[in-house]
Amino acid sequence: MSDVTTILGLESSCDDTAAAVVRQIGDAKPQILSSVVYGQNDLHSAYGGVVPEIAARAHAEKLDTSVIEALDEAGLTLKDIDAVAVTAGPGLIGGVMSGVMCAKGICAATGLPLVGVNHLAGHALTPRLTDGIAYPYLMLLVSGGHCQFLIARGPEDFSRLGGTIDDAPGEAFDKTARLLGLSQPGGPAVQAEAEQGDEARFRFPRPLLDRKDCNFSFSGLKTALLRMRDQVAAEKDGLTRQDRADLCAGFQAAVRDVIIAKTRRAIALYMEENPSQPTVAVAGGVAANTAIRAGLETVCAEMGCAFTAPPLRLCTDNAAMIAYAGLERYKAGARDGMDLTARPRWPLDNSRPALVGSGKKGAKA
Amino acid sequence: MNSRRLTLTSPDETARLAIHIAGALRPGDCLLLEGPIGAGKSHFARSLIQHLLGYAEDVPSPTFTLVQTYDTAAGEVWHSDLYRLTALDEVEELGLTEAFDDAICLIEWPDRLAELTPAGALTLSLSPDKDTEYARHLKFSWTDARWTPLIMDLCND
Repeated sequence: MSDVTTILGLESSCDDTAAAVVRQIGDAKPQILSSVVYGQNDLHSAYGGVVPEIAARAHAEKLDTSVIEALDEAGLTLKDIDAVAVTAGPGLIGGVMSGVMCAKGICAATGLPLVGVNHLAGHALTPRLTDGIAYPYLMLLVSGGHCQFLIARGPEDFSRLGGTIDDAPGEAFDKTARLLGLSQPGGPAVQAEAEQGDEARFRFPRPLLDRKDCNFSFSGLKTALLRMRDQVAAEKDGLTRQDRADLCAGFQAAVRDVIIAKTRRAIALYMEENPSQPTVAVAGGVAANTAIRAGLETVCAEMGCAFTAPPLRLCTDNAAMIAYAGLERYKAGARDGMDLTARPRWPLDNSRPALVGSGKKGAKA
Repeated sequence: MNSRRLTLTSPDETARLAIHIAGALRPGDCLLLEGPIGAGKSHFARSLIQHLLGYAEDVPSPTFTLVQTYDTAAGEVWHSDLYRLTALDEVEELGLTEAFDDAICLIEWPDRLAELTPAGALTLSLSPDKDTEYARHLKFSWTDARWTPLIMDLCND
């Protein structure tokens, strides 16, 4: 086996369809040779959200194009690829299945090994792709659909310290934008308003702050927001721009404060392991929020941890992270067979109780 | 169309109601959860699913993945948020029309189902109370007589 490993990665677990090629020579910093994303960010539905790609067929068509483009951009053919990595869950089932089928097709036709990847592992390993950080590190994954703290110890070894018990922060930002008539996606829209607002005017709750764990709850912020919005609107017969900006500022401050306080707890737990190079990494679209990010940088500095956040294009859904997570698994000897199945839910932390249902034993990778 | 109204004074009371309803559900049943953002649709669904599962398990919001499925002792449960749907054929693409026959379905934003709405479904319309932060008004509506004893029982408590 040569010292060069080249992986083709496929990702189609949510709204985007993507393919990428990642190469690593020995233990050197891995290179992203190409990363193609057929995104939906410009397409917003009449209801003010990103249009989901539900049709498996549409994913399948885009996957073919993405793979061809990713190989072309990398200047490679399938002959130059060592293995095909594919997101096998969690996510929108039609999309995940299309990706898995496409990867199986390529592997069946070429004889290349197949490596299934957990979408969340892709996000969680991205700081190693971009910054080469050492295990174990503390990962905060905050996106539209996810919110959790993980200690990453290896490509398949994660401990979840806590997560959201209801909505993810990205979802809370989107719904806040909906409630206040702002554009989607909600993250940038709410942040822009918040920068013009007074966060002290409306006092939002800080959910679960009184609990000593690392769990979040963001669902109740919607109720608080609705109430404050309707109160102001009833008093004045409508909302002024300043009212809206102040509501956004108060909401964002609540999300920021809770994330920062829980991060402080997670770091304390992580530091009990005496990591040799204490590092906190954050990934997911919410990491792009400047107020949250600044708060995270401050708490990391206070607690003696390095802080890193991959560039946004690698924080949101992409296939380079899947190719890289596949590369780590491949190098560790992992191979999947043609029986690799798509899994709509797939917790990263295998030590957590397995999903035991009627007639099914806890599914493990 | 039959209908009954209830007031729920707290999220805990909503959870207790969800647990009570959970006990009556079987595959082929469909609950349509109506109401604006923040009305408590997901809270109701989460409480119901966690009770049916019988053990601590994540019940994430289905807003992004559209559907989350759970294997429970009472049968397979589909928890769906159709807010982001734009076309009716997507309902079939998701596999929902089959799930209406074989699974227990909890559907948020069910207006997207239009003519695909199951005739035997029980509709729960939640709305926030204007004065009390955590109180919710709930209206049940149904045509299938199967739901009548359950709702009468709930409303007479």
